[in-house]
Amino acid sequence: MTGRAPRLLVGLLAACLAGSSAPAGDMVDKRSGADFMSPENRAMQADDMSNPGMFAVLDGEQLWNRPEGANGRSCAGCHGEAATSMRGVAARYPAFDERSERPIDLAGRIGECRRTRQEASPLPHESPELIALTAYVAHQSRGMPISPPQDERLAPFRDNGRRLYERRIGQLDLSCASCHDARSGERLGGSVMPQGHPTAYPLYRLEWQAVGSLQRRLRNCMIGVRAEAFAFGAPEIVELELYLMERAAGLPLETPGVRP
Amino acid sequence: MRDKATTSGLRRRDLVAGSAVLALTLVAPRAARARPTLEEAIRTFTGGADVKTGRVQLAVPPLVENGNAVGLSVKVESPMSETDHVRRIALFNEKNPQADVAVFHIGPRTGRAEVATRIRLATSQTVAAIAEMSDGSFWSHRADVIVTLAACVEDLL
Amino acid sequence: MTRALINAPKTARRGEIVEIRAMLAHPMETGFRTGTMGKAIPRDIINRFVCTWNGEEIFSADLFPAIAANPYLAFTAVATESGTIAFAWTGDDGETRTAETEITVT
Repeated sequence: MTGRAPRLLVGLLAACLAGSSAPAGDMVDKRSGADFMSPENRAMQADDMSNPGMFAVLDGEQLWNRPEGANGRSCAGCHGEAATSMRGVAARYPAFDERSERPIDLAGRIGECRRTRQEASPLPHESPELIALTAYVAHQSRGMPISPPQDERLAPFRDNGRRLYERRIGQLDLSCASCHDARSGERLGGSVMPQGHPTAYPLYRLEWQAVGSLQRRLRNCMIGVRAEAFAFGAPEIVELELYLMERAAGLPLETPGVRP
Repeated sequence: MRDKATTSGLRRRDLVAGSAVLALTLVAPRAARARPTLEEAIRTFTGGADVKTGRVQLAVPPLVENGNAVGLSVKVESPMSETDHVRRIALFNEKNPQADVAVFHIGPRTGRAEVATRIRLATSQTVAAIAEMSDGSFWSHRADVIVTLAACVEDLL
Repeated sequence: MTRALINAPKTARRGEIVEIRAMLAHPMETGFRTGTMGKAIPRDIINRFVCTWNGEEIFSADLFPAIAANPYLAFTAVATESGTIAFAWTGDDGETRTAETEITVT
């Protein structure tokens, strides 16, 4: 306990400093996880013909145009061409959801739209269909800077996300910040620790051999530090996403990314 | 005193023997389907013919971040004419559960003897590319790849 | 439903060597992994790939579990005549997935 006190103090001090002046989005030399990858993996992401994440985008395009649910309506039936209607949307999520009066992430919004507008059966978290639709919508914002909404109602949730980011958890007693702020660029085992900016989700992770969401990645990290992971869709995990997007503000979206 | 020591000695031996049996039981199924060595796999491919070094260029990164998808390419020096071309290019690994990776069938219609793919490497090891020419000769190139192990591996839930 | 990404030129000059790249969405399940409760996940891979140019085989591959998920293959071909470049992936399940692209050779 005594050994941890100085660390905790330093952490708190850093948090206070960061909290009092610069917003999280102003981190200097902000870099996408792609910058920390090998040239080979960067090349795999850069070329749409070799990026396996593109399969999710192509599936999403089909689902976008397919009528679903009691209304027999497709996403395109209301939103038209995703290339125009969805451009920039993913860069602004998570956003405030009027109905639940909480932040909602992009996959959550798609699920809500499906439930209330299409009156279709819900798509489970991390199901290939939901991943595909999310990837397709997010792909429309590729290259656009992450631009979190200036919505005061989100502030308390974002603050909570930040607290979660900085809170030490699990048997390894690590916070997100312990690795991704204090030690980014250094190695953990054989892996380089990136700054932890969620610029490319849903993304194809070689470890998964599949496309997955930011929530899946966050749960991975929590399992990694031997903590009990938040459930998919839990309020806390969305708050964490909200804070991470604020922290990544200005970085261009890359969906679908490739990561080791 | 003496008896006690003997007894405990026997017990220890029993325990050792018991563990050996247990170890055998655990290992046997794996050993029964043991993979051929890299050399054996190559010999099976060449039918025992001599394999010369050269003419083949295997390009693979020396260090990879994840063994689940390792991009590599193979180029073979050849005019790729009707009379002088590469017939097959095979890839083998040293330490995966299975030695074979792929066999590519090419010829004059491919114009060049160049292929690229993505492979899996279970751990750091040697990868070998063998080219079979139309004259029946075999040429090879090997490369060592270090596979760094991911720090955060997802539990299968 | 075949989900494949094919990259080949739409046009080429006669005799030109063109690059062809093909990637198929497929897990390439090795048969060496275990899933939940230690249950073995059965092998399910694409074991054979064939590329034809107007029906004539120009390139083929025998694939093993060491090929990465979403098998990716890049190779070359001599542009001989206009027509169809066809791709066929056959799996352990006995199914063959196909894709094709047109090329104009001048």
